[in-house]
Amino acid sequence: MHLTWRMAIAVGIALSGACHRDVPSDQTLTLATTTSTRDSGLLAALIPRFERATGIKVHVVAVGTGQALAMGRRGDADVLLTHAPDAEKSFVAEGHARQRIPIMFNDFILVGPADDPAEIRSSSDIVAALGAIAERQARFVSRGDQSGTHRKEQALWRAAGIEPHGKWYLQAGQGMAGTLRVASEKQAYTLSDRSTFLAHRRLLGLDIVCEGDERLRNEYAVLVVSPNRHPNVHFEAANEFAQFLRSPEARKVIKEFGKDRYGQALFFLIDP
Amino acid sequence: MVSHEIFPIVWLTLRVSGTAVILSAAAGIPLGAYLGLSSHVLARVLRWMAHVGMALPPVVVGLALYLLLSRSGPLGGLGWLFSPQAMIAAQTILALPFVVAIAASAVRAVPHGLAEQLRALGASPRQVRRSILFEARQGMALAVAAAFGRSISEVGAVLIVGGNIAGHTRVLTTAIVLETSQGRFAMALALGTALLAIAAAANAVIFVFQSRTGMP
Repeated sequence: MHLTWRMAIAVGIALSGACHRDVPSDQTLTLATTTSTRDSGLLAALIPRFERATGIKVHVVAVGTGQALAMGRRGDADVLLTHAPDAEKSFVAEGHARQRIPIMFNDFILVGPADDPAEIRSSSDIVAALGAIAERQARFVSRGDQSGTHRKEQALWRAAGIEPHGKWYLQAGQGMAGTLRVASEKQAYTLSDRSTFLAHRRLLGLDIVCEGDERLRNEYAVLVVSPNRHPNVHFEAANEFAQFLRSPEARKVIKEFGKDRYGQALFFLIDP
Repeated sequence: MVSHEIFPIVWLTLRVSGTAVILSAAAGIPLGAYLGLSSHVLARVLRWMAHVGMALPPVVVGLALYLLLSRSGPLGGLGWLFSPQAMIAAQTILALPFVVAIAASAVRAVPHGLAEQLRALGASPRQVRRSILFEARQGMALAVAAAFGRSISEVGAVLIVGGNIAGHTRVLTTAIVLETSQGRFAMALALGTALLAIAAAANAVIFVFQSRTGMP
């Protein structure tokens, strides 16, 4: 009995010792980012290059933009890659970051079931398309998570003068890929960034029904959390990551990303 | 995800849940046994609290720990948020009430006559306590099994305080949530099978302990 206890304690110490190696140092970096950069596979293409070049280990926490900004406000992330320009500007104005650095853009698209119950196929007027969905009470799945995509969706409903509610308006509370799956299973419309949709298209029973509207622009920016407000953040490493995203190497990866797999680029560069 | 990514996930799952089981058993078995043997009103209140703790929602524990461990929180200096340590802390908190409650019940289930008989035979109070603990060993093994089950199957708390970071805080349950949302059901099923296999193996060890030390 005693021997068993001693063994248990020894194993416990060994296990917790094994965990201790993970204590964060300046050589790790917590990146809070929108789910679309993970779900599209872009981060998996970029981060190993950054880690090899700098020796800094990146911990990616993929959440909605709303949660990523909240993590930045609490000092729980060192650098953010998000896509909600207005919310990012308030983040900077509040002093949580020194500046907002635009990196790339793509666009949002409205996707829906092949039989298109709201009859909006191949429209390029997103506001009119949302109007048709609401009028016919065709099922619509919202992210419902204060993410960049959700904020964009809310702004578009406002532009349409509609406050969406009712049985037809579902809030998934999941990331982009999860929400697309819900929309596919429920045969509903949803707003998606193009990159996540293309990355998952094979598994989804959804088609693009509205695209090309200027109001559907989706801009990604990087925010380095300010050490003035949050002395514990790994500012140097975060700064290196922001610089890396604007380096010729990263810009080439971003520009080419998706061409081999999806036949088209998923992200377009914004000149510094 | 490819197969070489599964192994680190399995290993982290074992490390996190294994450590949580050991910590909760090391603290919970003595505490539970003490509370079971005591008839003090405080001991009864604590036993009741352990029962309440068995119904603690993991996401609530996760949220509370998140706010405590956040860099802006009171324990932010530890730098534990989004680390395996935070996940171990969450699972230990979740498993501890099970160990305490079951250990206390096991001790109380030992027939009262035993203590009286031993005392009549001249055993010291210490010897009496040791005999009761020995008789309750089957229940103690059950307490460990319950702690293990609570820890390894839990997803809400480790998702919140761990952040599901690939190669750092991604365990089997949070990986299954991610893979399912991505529509990669084959991988999700493979991870689920690994989880079941771990549960089967761990409980086999506990089961063998129980049968070897069973009543003659």
